[in-house]
Amino acid sequence: MFSPSVSSPTVFSPKPGRRSPAPARALAAALLAGTALAAAPAAAQDKELTLCWAAWDPANALVELSKDFTAESGIKMNFEFVPWTNFADRMLNELNSGGQLCDLMIGDSQWIGGGATYGHYVKLNDFFEKEGIAMDDFLPAAVDAYSAWPKGTDNYYALPAMGDAVGWVYRKDWFAKPEIQAAFKEEVGRDLAVPTTWDELLEVAKFFQGREIDGETRYGAAIYTERGSEGITMGVTNTLYPFGFKYEMTPGKYDMEGAVNSPEAVAALETYKELYDCCTPPGHSDAYMTEDLDAYKSGQTALQMNFFAFFPGIAKDPAVGGETSGFFVNPSANEAASVLGGQGISVVAYSDAQDEALDYIKWFAQPEVQKKWWSLGGYAVHNAVVEDPGFADSAPFAGEFLKAMSNVKDFWQEPIYAELLQAMQKRVHDYVVADQGTAQEALDKLIEDWTISFEDDGKL
Amino acid sequence: MTDHADIRYTAAPGEAATPHEATAPGRPRRAVRGLPDRWLATLFVTPSIALLLAINIFPLIWTVYLSFTNFRANQPGRPVEWIGTRNYERLLGSEDIWGYLQATAHFVVWTMLIQVAIGLGLAMLINRDFKGASFWTTIILIPMMLSPAVVGTFWTYLYQPQTGIFSAIVDLFTGLGPIDMIGSVSLAPWAIIIVDTWMWTPYIMLLCLAGLRSIPDYLYEAAEVDRAGPFQTFWHITLPRILPFLMLAVLFRGIENFKMFDMVVELTSGGPGSTTELASINLKREAFEKWRTGYASAFAVILFVTVFGLGNIYVKALNRVKS
Repeated sequence: MFSPSVSSPTVFSPKPGRRSPAPARALAAALLAGTALAAAPAAAQDKELTLCWAAWDPANALVELSKDFTAESGIKMNFEFVPWTNFADRMLNELNSGGQLCDLMIGDSQWIGGGATYGHYVKLNDFFEKEGIAMDDFLPAAVDAYSAWPKGTDNYYALPAMGDAVGWVYRKDWFAKPEIQAAFKEEVGRDLAVPTTWDELLEVAKFFQGREIDGETRYGAAIYTERGSEGITMGVTNTLYPFGFKYEMTPGKYDMEGAVNSPEAVAALETYKELYDCCTPPGHSDAYMTEDLDAYKSGQTALQMNFFAFFPGIAKDPAVGGETSGFFVNPSANEAASVLGGQGISVVAYSDAQDEALDYIKWFAQPEVQKKWWSLGGYAVHNAVVEDPGFADSAPFAGEFLKAMSNVKDFWQEPIYAELLQAMQKRVHDYVVADQGTAQEALDKLIEDWTISFEDDGKL
Repeated sequence: MTDHADIRYTAAPGEAATPHEATAPGRPRRAVRGLPDRWLATLFVTPSIALLLAINIFPLIWTVYLSFTNFRANQPGRPVEWIGTRNYERLLGSEDIWGYLQATAHFVVWTMLIQVAIGLGLAMLINRDFKGASFWTTIILIPMMLSPAVVGTFWTYLYQPQTGIFSAIVDLFTGLGPIDMIGSVSLAPWAIIIVDTWMWTPYIMLLCLAGLRSIPDYLYEAAEVDRAGPFQTFWHITLPRILPFLMLAVLFRGIENFKMFDMVVELTSGGPGSTTELASINLKREAFEKWRTGYASAFAVILFVTVFGLGNIYVKALNRVKS
């Protein structure tokens, strides 16, 4: 696949009837071989692929990684990266309009339903079979979340590209200060430690809120509160899932009453609001990934909620990297659960370069490429990477990442997910940030909104 | 009816007729003679009419049609069903929609009131000849030359409670401490009003200034002779004379603010909650994020009828004032 046709190289030919001497023949052979090698990528130089993704740290790592693909295949890679807050808007418009900007799309996990149903993504089963790419080689949770539609089936529309989940970062250096530990013990009555439950997380956040450390006022936690795209939903569900929130009473039946507004869900939403009210920095009412990173890196907060994708950057950050920060999986409540992040890589059905795009996916699926992907900062979910005995110790957050990926949960992946998401954005932002109504009312209204959406979609 | 063959090019005083036109006086223009006035008029107007129909009237009619269907633009293969007035019933029965319209009305009314008061005041100040008047006029006009999206973005920094200059100034004068203009339900609507006022008051000022400069001096001289006081002069001369300009400015700005989108999205994203979610922001979410095209079309029709109706009433009032 990666040996494009070789154009006939021009080679010096000796005059007929006159045999060239052995050294000359060797030189000619070497020239021929050299020219052929050089010509292989050159023949594909006119071929280009455009890969679309969000603009964030892993995307830069992918640019670096993809240089290997270009070197091997000669296919030039172009990249279209859009900031997260506009990513879904921009790229879903592109797909819905049948646009040809992207040949490869690393789309969000929730898009897989729409991508498959509306024919935006190429179905990859035949290709995987032909090329010997086995989905068993990837983490099952990632395959189910990023590749399969309908869920639980073997219909694949993407290759797992980037595993991710929402986790937490904490100021390890502050936690280690004897005076802080003593004050915590005195105030809370237990030793200061990394939170393992939501109750503990609230205690820690409250303890740090407004505390003077190194002469500056610090705050408890930077959490997701963004209104425009998906931020507050990602944050709230990170609390809802461990409390036992479910979307339906019976999977696939869309019977949401008693699941979405269960007592556990109400308690979870109230907990998130409590965390927002008590323990966030001033002006943290519209914050997502970047704002959380800024708040944490500038030393404002003791805790930060964010996707694991950012943790390699934090670990290397001059201000908060190294031993300054520690990482932990989302605390549990009634069960252990984390919000799924991450994406699969799909071939866009409207692309004119589908063969080259499939070449890229074949290349990307190789275990060696996956290992390099992890080493550059991408979260590979290939077994060759995550089942490596040294994986958990390969990075300070690697072990926590594996824990998170073992119990991830995702938002609706329905084709109308964007409509469902916008309804949740409104209802939970109204309650958590704007202080309107109660948690019970917010979730009841959410069921009303979602019921209308499913009725319109013919599911109810 | 005038025959086109009789029309002659007449050079303006001091302008030489071109040789082509100057020669052959009385020579018939066959091509022109063949077309009657009505045909010629139709020929010239047709492209404009066609363009208007294609980009204005047809989309409007199509939107009205879609508003009675369940069409979704992101599902082209899905059968489009005629659902009667269901979209309108849902819209008009939705508390949320009334909330968005209320937020829009609050924004439009207060921005107009404040901007007219400040704009008129600034225009009267600038209208006085003083040293550096031109310089200050230019300075005042700068905000309206910026992109609304840029303005929205940088005001988020100015409003930042910990580091923003706005919060620092308020704290300096009131001692209230850091205030969260964007995150507070009670302050966020005023946050967007302040930014819009900062940006667009110069526009009102500019139109008022045009009105003030059009008032003949002899009216003021007569008022002085009659010993009219400043308030009487303003009330009986200045205000009636600049009222049409002022009303025109309010009309333009009112329509603009009714469909305000970019600045507010950058500033608050419609939050906190839905406090500053103006009608146009919600319309965009329904149409291009939720892809409920039929429903969004119905909302667009309602907004169009509202603006069109209010605009017509206003224009009639404006004409009455002018007459």
